[in-house]
Amino acid sequence: MKQPTRRTILSAAPAALAFGAPLLSARPARAAKSSGPGVTDTTIKIGNTCFYSGPASSYGTIGRAMAAYYKMVNEQGGVNGRKIIFISYDDAYSPPKTVEMTRKLVEQDQVFLDAGPLGTPTNSAIWHYMNQHKVPQLFVSTGATKWDDPKGHPWTIGWQPNYQSEGRIYAAYVLEHKPDGKIGVLYQDDDFGKDYLKGIVDGLGDKAAAMLKVKASYETTDATVDSEIIGMKAAGCDVFINTAIPKFAAQSIRKAAELEWKPLHILSSIGNSVAATLQPAGLENCKGILSDFYLKDPTDPAWKDDPGYKWWVAFMDKYYPGGDKTDGGNVYGPSNAATIVQVLQQCGDDLTRENVMKQAANLRDFRVPMLLPGITINTSPSDFAPVKQVQMGRFDGERWRLFGPLLTGAVG
Amino acid sequence: MQLLIQEVLAGLANGAIYALTALAIVMVFQAIDHLNFAQGEMATFSTFVAWQLIEWGVTYWAAFVLTVALSFAGGIAIERVLFRPLHKAPILALLVGFIALFSILNSGDGYIWNYTIKTFPTPFGTAPLFGSALLDGHQAGMIGVTAVLLGLLYFFFRGTRLGLAMRAAAANPESARLVGIRVGWMTALGWGMAAAIGAVGGMLIAPIVFLDPNMMLGVLIYGFSGAVLGGLTSPGGAVFGGFAVGVIESLAGTFIPYVGRDLNLTIALLVIVAVLMVRPTGIFGRTVASRV
Repeated sequence: MKQPTRRTILSAAPAALAFGAPLLSARPARAAKSSGPGVTDTTIKIGNTCFYSGPASSYGTIGRAMAAYYKMVNEQGGVNGRKIIFISYDDAYSPPKTVEMTRKLVEQDQVFLDAGPLGTPTNSAIWHYMNQHKVPQLFVSTGATKWDDPKGHPWTIGWQPNYQSEGRIYAAYVLEHKPDGKIGVLYQDDDFGKDYLKGIVDGLGDKAAAMLKVKASYETTDATVDSEIIGMKAAGCDVFINTAIPKFAAQSIRKAAELEWKPLHILSSIGNSVAATLQPAGLENCKGILSDFYLKDPTDPAWKDDPGYKWWVAFMDKYYPGGDKTDGGNVYGPSNAATIVQVLQQCGDDLTRENVMKQAANLRDFRVPMLLPGITINTSPSDFAPVKQVQMGRFDGERWRLFGPLLTGAVG
Repeated sequence: MQLLIQEVLAGLANGAIYALTALAIVMVFQAIDHLNFAQGEMATFSTFVAWQLIEWGVTYWAAFVLTVALSFAGGIAIERVLFRPLHKAPILALLVGFIALFSILNSGDGYIWNYTIKTFPTPFGTAPLFGSALLDGHQAGMIGVTAVLLGLLYFFFRGTRLGLAMRAAAANPESARLVGIRVGWMTALGWGMAAAIGAVGGMLIAPIVFLDPNMMLGVLIYGFSGAVLGGLTSPGGAVFGGFAVGVIESLAGTFIPYVGRDLNLTIALLVIVAVLMVRPTGIFGRTVASRV
């Protein structure tokens, strides 16, 4: 994997280089009606933090794919005539480092906004800082539910369907298809896992007490979750909602197969990657497992002739030729970046941070090529959860087959 | 009853993982009198080497033997290059050395082999043993290998001159040196053996937990706990301790209400603290008197 330098991926603007970026940013904007920091006549400087090193660096490709998308936008003329300067720093999935890098972005680089910073604990670490300093923390790349809090944190907005809404969707599915089921839930013993659990409990409503038989948690330091799976089978569970990260999701799928335990198995979107979870667990063990989706899976041959997929392949070939076309992160990155560009577009020449948040809360039926057909991005001043819809899929032994209508489990 | 047996067996299966780790920890402790925090990462690295060899088309057993040999050499090399110059340095310097080794190996794994989990083959198969799903072939094989390894070590330390020399070098370096034992090399040998045992452990653990750079991160804590419980000076004790921690963890998680799974790691740490308070040398450890 290529290692970006510390001051990474200036996917920027040949113009900025030609004129000299410092000169430009020191000059007051003329054409703009009003503008915040980081905005000039010809450029908009935006920041980001991502994991290019450390334990979670496999997600680093998201930042690189975002950079590639901005490069494409710049080549096509930029946003309302302004080129985007995208500065992405490495925080190695370490919250203290996120704080350091974000302060650098805001105070030294004077970025206009923070675009799609990655990770739940990392974004949590800068949550208050961004809201105190009134810097837009846009479309954070994490599924925690707390980003949907327009009243308490008006400068932060999520992007993907959040864990609680996913949990509600699973609960609704179980209530419909196995109303007298005994449910076992496997979840990670931290905020992320409990977010899922809360969604499931809320979704089950007053049937939660009767249906939820086993709530089994694991720690990321555990060797295996075998004992948890044995416990669920022993308790007579016939529904298994599996919200574990890929390693433990794969272990539990394999253990269930070993025990010949065949519950209605719902796997959360965290662990539904074919390459990262299902293959290690053994594809034959995964037959019949259910999960939910909102982006097109680039490895699914069903999209072969889909215009959105074709666009994505062309984009990857031209702007990110080194990127892995089976990695979902490379679908996520440009989809998230496209939403940022849409907000900037809607801002027009009124490039103030206040207007950015106003426009971010004013997305109407916005489409991104790699979102599943029918899914649109919508926000309002009281709704900071841009992507809300998902579709269920069933694994047929080779790939996920989507079925049924679009579902939404919106919280609040 | 069925549940009890299942949980005990699940505990033993996990315990075998901890026991192998504990054994490698004890080996280094015997040689240098310190806990090696990079033990787990050394094992993970070895396992990645084996995985790579198998990917290149080497047969399982050839890869197994080659990896153990390479790890043995690697362990000696680490001692010679990194810890030899530090052997008279204060404990804090050593600790920093361990931590450096830890992060170099951990990041190196990720850099070379990336962070997605990988399947690792098992030589024993995963067919259920005795026609029930209680224990599968691999888990039984792992417990067997642990026993064989322990037997070999016992024979090595009790029955060979080299083993005797190693024990002497660890127990009383000064006297050992006076009777002509090359104490420095005995330490290096201890590192090599620990690395080799770690490699065996890693290759047996990987089929169960999947191979990734952080495979041993949590396991190491349980391994420490097992080693402390059994006694840091006793290989047999460490193995016993590893199995005991596995079973305690499994049973406590299932049968003690409210403790549940959330406190698994806490139980391991409690074991360490409790043993250190009641019997600091562990159940099978001997008291080491040092003249001040």
